[in-house]
Amino acid sequence: MLDYDFMRNAFVASGIVAVLAGLVGYFLVLRGQTFAGHALSHVGFTGATGAVLIGASPLWGMVLMTVAGGIGMGLIGERLHNRDVAIGIVLSMALGLGLLFLHFFTAYATQATALLFGNVLGVNVGTIWTLFGLGLASIAALGAIARPLLFATLQPELAEARGVRLRLISVLFLALVALATAECTQIVGVLLVFTLMVCPAATAQHITPRLGAGLAVSVVLALAQAWIGLVLAFYTDWPTSFWITALSGATYVAAALPRRIRSLQAIDAEAA
Amino acid sequence: MSAVEVADLTLALGGRTVLAGVSFAVQDQEFVGVLGPNGAGKTTLMRAILGLMRPARGSIRVLGAPTEYGNAAVGYMPQFRTAAGMQLRGWDFVASAVAGHRWGLPLLGRAERQEVERVLALVGATDLARRPLRETSGGERQRLLLAQALLGRPRLLLLDEPLMSLDPHHQHGVVELVRSLQQRLGIAVLFSAHELNPLLGALDRVLYLGGGHAALGTVDEVITGPVLSRLYGAPIDVVRLAGRIFVMSGAHEMEREHHRHA
Repeated sequence: MLDYDFMRNAFVASGIVAVLAGLVGYFLVLRGQTFAGHALSHVGFTGATGAVLIGASPLWGMVLMTVAGGIGMGLIGERLHNRDVAIGIVLSMALGLGLLFLHFFTAYATQATALLFGNVLGVNVGTIWTLFGLGLASIAALGAIARPLLFATLQPELAEARGVRLRLISVLFLALVALATAECTQIVGVLLVFTLMVCPAATAQHITPRLGAGLAVSVVLALAQAWIGLVLAFYTDWPTSFWITALSGATYVAAALPRRIRSLQAIDAEAA
Repeated sequence: MSAVEVADLTLALGGRTVLAGVSFAVQDQEFVGVLGPNGAGKTTLMRAILGLMRPARGSIRVLGAPTEYGNAAVGYMPQFRTAAGMQLRGWDFVASAVAGHRWGLPLLGRAERQEVERVLALVGATDLARRPLRETSGGERQRLLLAQALLGRPRLLLLDEPLMSLDPHHQHGVVELVRSLQQRLGIAVLFSAHELNPLLGALDRVLYLGGGHAALGTVDEVITGPVLSRLYGAPIDVVRLAGRIFVMSGAHEMEREHHRHA
């Protein structure tokens, strides 16, 4: 399997992205902003197709658009709460615009499929270096803001009183989410970003209530799901993105189910 | 030295004047209950003492110095909202506030870990801090929040509605705990609440806010018909019954009413 260049590239690329997604996703789930990650990937689709249309690299188009979107969402901040309809409308408009760009560029559907559902087996060495550079910068930036980010997430009023600038932290974090989203789309595509960004982190928070352990579990799960997904895709010839989503979904259910059953039993016990 | 000294203070929030020309002084090592109807400015006053908002007029001095944003000598316990991080342990929740404003990774040094253990022990939350927050009761969460407010050995503690949505039994426990900590540590406490009765017996003085005014004094001085009528801008009767005090406007019990609408 590893004799093939495209498989080696796929393992390296998905490894880089999984580590970043596991870390950033953990804070995303903790902050209850998972919808933001989903929204940013759709905005990124417009960026990618727009870049293709003018002959630029779709990855950079996506990075540019998602980061702009992330910073915008951070600046609007609190006012974004309970605006599901507004966000949803912007999302569909972004996807629609992306479709229009695609229509002008080519009649073929392959480009669209790759953007929407990912094409990890098509990643080349140049893209890997870009992913590596962006990933490293993102993790370093996350490390720099992790402490005030955690404080601002768990106790915003107290953090503010202690001198944490909530708006600044929110903007910086969403910019990081945007970068992580853009990286994830290279592996699983615009529509399935949730599977790498949210599922492993949410599963980790079911497995352990400890912060450090939770981050580690989140990264390990994201890595394992991405790599096992690749192996399964190689031997079955089914799409990699399908296997990754199946694995992360199944892991989440397995982690969440015991608690659900316990709470149901508790209700039964009370009724009896 | 006064813990909090307010002179001719006017606070405005979104164009509305919350306090108008208020003056009072809270003494060192004093337990003061902050009471008053919703919107009377209890939270706003605390935010101003923390330096989170500028007075429209007048001055606030905290522990002998002008208010200072991020002053570590002032401990603050905001109202608890079930929000982010309910999956995490109480320990991690409390620890997030240790030098949480600093850039970098949230890794704690030895001295910082000991500080977390110290405040958890103070409120008797060492064991419950190992459980995830979502598996703790309202009273237990208030103890964790109190521990968090005690980080860094503050000399003034601002507690915003610690009794909110607790049953009478747990309310009593929180008040007793705060009172004993306040005396043991020798600190000043501003404790805001909707109802006076749970605090009776624990507090030294009452700061009653209403209609832009404030009255600070003992329960007997402040909780009287004339003083409260001025604060509410309506005729108020104070009824004492079996060691409890009821603030009535006609047939309505004022504090109960506010509680229900909160």
